[in-house]
Amino acid sequence: MSGMVEKRGRALWLSHAVLILGVAMICFPIWLAFVASTVSQPEIARPPMPLWPGDQLVENYRKALFAGINAPVSVMLLNSLVMAIGIAIGKIVISLLSAFAIVYFRFPFRMAFFWLIFLTLMLPVEVRIVPTYEVVAGLGLLNSYSGLIFPLIASATATFLFRQFFLTVPDELAEAARIDGASAMRFFRDILLPMSRTNIAALFVILFIYGWNQYLWPLLITTDPSMNTVVMGIKQMFPSGDDIADWPVIMATSILAMLPPVAVVIGMQKLFVRGLLESEK
Amino acid sequence: MATVKLSDVRKSFGKNEVIHGIDLDIADGEFIVIVGPSGCGKSTLLRMVAGLETVSAGEIHIDGRRVNDLEPMERDIAMVFQNYALYPHMNVYDNMAYGLRIAGKSKEEIRERVHQAAALLQIEDYLERKPRQLSGGQRQRVAMGRAIVRKPAVFLFDEPLSNLDAKLRVQMRLEIKQLQKELGVTSLYVTHDQVEAMTLADRVIIMNEGKAEQIGTPLELYANPASRFVGGFIGSPPMNFINVREGRFGDLQVRPEADSLGVRPEHMRITNEGSGLLAGKVKFLEALGAETLVHVELENGNLITVRQPGSEPAPEAGSMADISWKAQDTAQFNSQGLRVDK
Repeated sequence: MSGMVEKRGRALWLSHAVLILGVAMICFPIWLAFVASTVSQPEIARPPMPLWPGDQLVENYRKALFAGINAPVSVMLLNSLVMAIGIAIGKIVISLLSAFAIVYFRFPFRMAFFWLIFLTLMLPVEVRIVPTYEVVAGLGLLNSYSGLIFPLIASATATFLFRQFFLTVPDELAEAARIDGASAMRFFRDILLPMSRTNIAALFVILFIYGWNQYLWPLLITTDPSMNTVVMGIKQMFPSGDDIADWPVIMATSILAMLPPVAVVIGMQKLFVRGLLESEK
Repeated sequence: MATVKLSDVRKSFGKNEVIHGIDLDIADGEFIVIVGPSGCGKSTLLRMVAGLETVSAGEIHIDGRRVNDLEPMERDIAMVFQNYALYPHMNVYDNMAYGLRIAGKSKEEIRERVHQAAALLQIEDYLERKPRQLSGGQRQRVAMGRAIVRKPAVFLFDEPLSNLDAKLRVQMRLEIKQLQKELGVTSLYVTHDQVEAMTLADRVIIMNEGKAEQIGTPLELYANPASRFVGGFIGSPPMNFINVREGRFGDLQVRPEADSLGVRPEHMRITNEGSGLLAGKVKFLEALGAETLVHVELENGNLITVRQPGSEPAPEAGSMADISWKAQDTAQFNSQGLRVDK
């Protein structure tokens, strides 16, 4: 596509320079982390810090994945994956159903329930963390996937988003389905769900990353290193007292922790864009 | 095939009654058009027959069966919506087959019925396409196909042509008429377009403010409007209305209770000055080729439309003109707008 605004000469160079600078500012720390994950511990400790990858890549990553410091990173990655997917799917299922109920059914206190759901937007995990911990501990869910996932599933944002989407679906579609003899749940499954595909894909990306990046909640309820998630696990790897930090392994873990969200974004982007192209409006 | 019977059907939203008792007997295979201005309750009435709105009072029978409390699908009806209401993520075949699948028909039967309907509507080439890949007219056909495959007792149409352009509308109108005659399915058709009503209907119901103003064949309504509203609604340009105190109507035998006279534009003639029933000044002309519409302004400012054949000489704009018509072409209405001379 040729640009609508033509930039030539100095303006072109200047805008590129600014953009490259911005990209460099984001990428340089990641590059440093990558470099640090490929060298040996003494090389990091000795100034100046190396700027080019060393020869310890395979060694460091193997150590991180299968030995780790408190627990193998492969286990932590699995925990994070279960938690992120659990939260994303759980949130999507619950919000789809609650939005469906709020938009398509007339029941007593419908709007009251809607506003109650909406109010929870003001109660993020951090605000209700102590009582939530109390409840989860009381239910014996500490150090379990259920404990990691369930308290984070309720989602006002996703409910609101699906509600707004359902409101744009013409009423005639529901009526046509009724005349075709579809029950409410059948209409939901056969018509509403396929039509929400793009919304679901977009939300999955956002919610997966939300779940993956959870820090405070896993830190609180997983005391057993084998239940640690990778994002909080990195912090747990920092030495206490006079211990020497194994920076190459910690950096390898950081890089590994970054990969799944990147994979999800790239993988889902295709579906997301395809969905956008196929959408009605 | 079925009859439809409405007895004193009423609809209220809260305390607000919007349909004030409609009685109607529809014969098997009859094409009934409900026409009226927007907000007259015509769509609500249709949706009550469909089962999409509850019936507040009165009864609806389809084929002798009381359907007031039945779900839409149990009423043996099919409906065509104004915006087609096709399922956007399904292709044409699935759109048409969806109802049959839910009804638990066998795959072979579904395929046969869909292909049959598609052949009838000439949409066989589009069966694999999604609705968004179709033009408005094609979508309209698919919507009708979805209704036909169900082989319902009654077709319900809710302004099905209003989203099409003028040319396509005329074409689809003819097709709907043909199709209905061919299939012989009892049909109820809602529109605000009086031309659709006149051309499609065996009988027309004119609705106004939740009441049926008149029920009859299109020509009956045109020739003998039961009220001023009907005279003004049917016909384009509409009937002219003249206050009885406006002129000398000696030989018209105006009844004492009459308040206004209604005369169709084509029944009026421009005559020599001094010989007409009304006098006015020609404001402007609309020459449409086959006919010419002469708009005459009376002394009190009211506009009268005279429709004369295009071959006849038309008066100049700005000239004075007298208008006359025959006594038998006059409809007389009282102050409530009801016909008094029949």
